[in-house]
Amino acid sequence: MGVFEPVIELGRGLAETLRSFLFEPTVTIQYPEEKREVRPRYRGRHILHRYEDGLEKCIGCSLCAAACPSDAIFVEASENTDEKRFSPGQRYASTYEINMMRCIYCGFCEDACPTEAITLGDNYELAYTDRRDAIYPKEKLLEPAPSADMSSPRKVEPGVFTRSVPEMKNPKDW
Amino acid sequence: MDWTIWLEWVIKGLVLCLVLLVGFAYLTWYERRALARIQVRVGPNRAGYQGLLQPIADAVKLIFKEELTPSRVYKVAFLLAPVLTVVPSLVLAAVIPLGTSFNLFGRTITLYVANLNVGVLYLTSIASIAVYGIVLAGWSSNNKYAMLGGVRATAQMISYELSLGLCFATAVVMGNSMNLNEIVNAQSAVLFNLNLDFIKIPVSSWNFLIQPVGALVFLIVTLAEVNRAPFDMPEAEQELTAGYHSEYSGMKFALFFMAEYQKMIVISMIAATLFFGGYLQPFSAALPNAAPWLGWLSYLTVQKTPLLGPVYLLLKVIVLLFGMIWIRATWPRIRYDRLMSFGWKILLPLSFAVAFITATGILLAQEFENQLYLYSIPVLSIISALVAVVFIYRDLRRKSHGRI
Repeated sequence: MGVFEPVIELGRGLAETLRSFLFEPTVTIQYPEEKREVRPRYRGRHILHRYEDGLEKCIGCSLCAAACPSDAIFVEASENTDEKRFSPGQRYASTYEINMMRCIYCGFCEDACPTEAITLGDNYELAYTDRRDAIYPKEKLLEPAPSADMSSPRKVEPGVFTRSVPEMKNPKDW
Repeated sequence: MDWTIWLEWVIKGLVLCLVLLVGFAYLTWYERRALARIQVRVGPNRAGYQGLLQPIADAVKLIFKEELTPSRVYKVAFLLAPVLTVVPSLVLAAVIPLGTSFNLFGRTITLYVANLNVGVLYLTSIASIAVYGIVLAGWSSNNKYAMLGGVRATAQMISYELSLGLCFATAVVMGNSMNLNEIVNAQSAVLFNLNLDFIKIPVSSWNFLIQPVGALVFLIVTLAEVNRAPFDMPEAEQELTAGYHSEYSGMKFALFFMAEYQKMIVISMIAATLFFGGYLQPFSAALPNAAPWLGWLSYLTVQKTPLLGPVYLLLKVIVLLFGMIWIRATWPRIRYDRLMSFGWKILLPLSFAVAFITATGILLAQEFENQLYLYSIPVLSIISALVAVVFIYRDLRRKSHGRI
């Protein structure tokens, strides 16, 4: 039936679209109501982490700012005291700002961080209505303290938190 | 003349225009939803229940959009073109019967705006005016893409209008009148009785049963007339950056958009009127008498409840529109030389054959007073359609072998 082939093919096309119209379930995810899980290595908004005792991991070394290819990170360090201790060791980040308009989510800051203080999380809902809101200060980036008495800054025993970079094993991802 | 007649006309005309405007808005919603569903998406479902307020949101957006007029356009034609495109698509619907008539305040109100005795001629002539708008838009835009779109639209519409006219002629011959009301009335007659063992189902003589090929050709040609896929060469986004309306924005663009969708609606109404029984109910008026347990169906006939006429017409239009959307979702755009050769070398001879076969069959049936001659019409026209299919195949083969 070679003669009728063009017409039959047209009909087969119509049948295919009608089948998907009638029977195929839609693949749409209704975004604000239902959200898809991001991939395990997704690079979203940055998070500044704390140790389990509530002290900040960030020691204000500015290595992330140095590594940042788009110059999105600004860090200003100050001295810790045992009366007002933010992080272990000598210094902490008194100012930590990330400009989300510049950030390209490359993850170099993560790699540069000696204390694993900054990681790229899974939050991608970064819309804002004011350009000033694009600059995320430390308060927005820092993860909440485990409890109120374990927050930073806090008064600690002298001579305990002397080491700014904790002893870490090599990562074993594989 | 009574002032109430004027009032009635004004109200009917206004209602018709409003129906077409709302219909246009909701056709965009319908198309987007159906197209999305075919493509395994959801489509607009945010504004209102199931996205039913989406057309209103779109309208608000289009009204408030900035309207640019490029500096080098020929302003008069540039401003006139959208108007020339929209108005024919609105006034086209005036002669289409939406139903019979009903009594209100002691007056008989007919469900059509005008009852022209040359309704079919009116349709063909008004439908052709719209091409002026398109070609003026393309020319006055001072843009080569728009110009090409306009030229393509003109060539395409002129080519396909011949076949369209012959399909109109076929319907005129079958209805024995140019009045659309009488064409619809002729289709309410019983064509034959379908004999099942427990019931005899009378089948109305809708024209597409007598002339299936004519109806098919009409549907294909209307796709070309309203510049729909697969014949949307004049506004091919990929090659012409939207063709004749590239330079239009804001409300002027909306007018072109409106004209296109209103023409879709109106031409579906015309197709329903000419070939699918117009405002008649989908079953024959004699069906309620066929069996006692079918008596309740008589309340669903337009003869008993005239207000159901527009509803039936609307249902038919929705089905025909779905066909257009379905085809848009399925078939790719046809190449321009093939579009022309399909129009001139296949559709035009086929519609000539269809018109000739129909006229001959009806003439024979009248001369020899034997209804059996009517059956020659579908048989012969299907044979001619098969011949046309063979020619399509030869055409494609010749092109693929590189010979002309």
